[in-house]
Amino acid sequence: MNIVRILFSFIVFPGFIFSAVIGLFLTWIDRKVTARIHWRVGPPWFQPYADFLKLLLKETIIPEGSSKVLFFLGPLLGVVSMSILAVMLFSMNFNPASSYVGDLIVIIYLLALAPIGIIIGGSASKNPLASVGASREMTQYFAYELPFLFALAIVILKAGGNIKFGEIILAQEATGPFLYSLSGVIAAVVILLSTQAKLSFVPFDIPEAEQEIMAGPYIEYSGVALAMYKVTRAMMFFTLPLFLISLVWGGFANWWAILKFLLIIVLIILIKNTNPRLRIDQALKFFWIGIGILSILGLVLAFYGL
Amino acid sequence: MGNAKLWGLKKSPWVFHVAAAPCNNCDIEILDILTPRWDVERFGIVLVGSPRHADALLVTGVLNRKNLPRVLEVYRQTPKPCLVIAIGACACHPNIFQPSYNVIGPYDKYIPVDVYIPGCPPKPEAIILGVVKALQRL
Repeated sequence: MNIVRILFSFIVFPGFIFSAVIGLFLTWIDRKVTARIHWRVGPPWFQPYADFLKLLLKETIIPEGSSKVLFFLGPLLGVVSMSILAVMLFSMNFNPASSYVGDLIVIIYLLALAPIGIIIGGSASKNPLASVGASREMTQYFAYELPFLFALAIVILKAGGNIKFGEIILAQEATGPFLYSLSGVIAAVVILLSTQAKLSFVPFDIPEAEQEIMAGPYIEYSGVALAMYKVTRAMMFFTLPLFLISLVWGGFANWWAILKFLLIIVLIILIKNTNPRLRIDQALKFFWIGIGILSILGLVLAFYGL
Repeated sequence: MGNAKLWGLKKSPWVFHVAAAPCNNCDIEILDILTPRWDVERFGIVLVGSPRHADALLVTGVLNRKNLPRVLEVYRQTPKPCLVIAIGACACHPNIFQPSYNVIGPYDKYIPVDVYIPGCPPKPEAIILGVVKALQRL
């Protein structure tokens, strides 16, 4: 019985199928809002599902001379890690008692698995543009991870030194969301910008820059493997804003969370549509010097309880 | 299974632009149909950068000895099923370039072409009509 419940939660709700369906719908919102900003009509609502179905049923080509195991391991890693992340976020929001010591650190590693999957896939596919994309992905990962960890440290400090995810949510229920304080705002901004970079949305879409290196790490992927990458991106688009809400905006175990969620999604899409792409060195400088100093400032403020 | 495959292919044809020695007129018209005025993303058509992602190849230009191997290579790299759409008068038939020593005939001698869209260059409306006809033929 128990094993059936665990399998159900990993595969159907809120794991793979649920987060994939919602995430693909969110990519439709992204495309539609983008189209409206361009003064276009945009695709119909079923567009991401049609794309996904088409890719699933198409031929999958393995490039000659590539490493076959790693070529398929790359897309798989992201899907698995994002399913587990969705399950953890939901169980810890709706049942904070199921939290255990250090689960925040597990979540940091799960979030790291998606870019690692892209790096592995890009390096395994034996294409110069894919390796350029993989190396950029790696640089970008190191760029945004430093301020992201500082922002998590702010949250941990404000929750009284707790690294239990459930405790962070309970602390916010007791004292109000962390967002309504100076250091909380800084943490939210930093996490939002790292979310943008984790999703590789426009100011930080350096790894897959369409106009320079075509699709970067995805260039050799077709069929099912490409569909897995697309669905990983969609699931990240679903889980990362939820992660942001549960860290600084009081968890998502109430109906207000839907409005908060949509607000964050639209904010991400607007940032995406109103900015040019940075170069990789500019992104590194932006994250390590600009955002890095801001997050250290937030850490100091949080230390003094502001 | 076959129906689902057909539906997916009809609703989201991603196109890859194979510019095989064109004069660039047809290419500008192709870029035109992606602009907000014609907005082919309404039909799920997206321009992709890699033939591996493509469902339809838009070939433009006169086929000659130099670019035949490249076109065949791109066709080989595209996952099947894929459409080939010949855009412009040169891609349909080598017309005025026929007597040239370097020109080796139309595309359909070497790869299966699904739609011919003549015109020098074809209007964006004509290209959209051609793609719609190709999708109906599936």
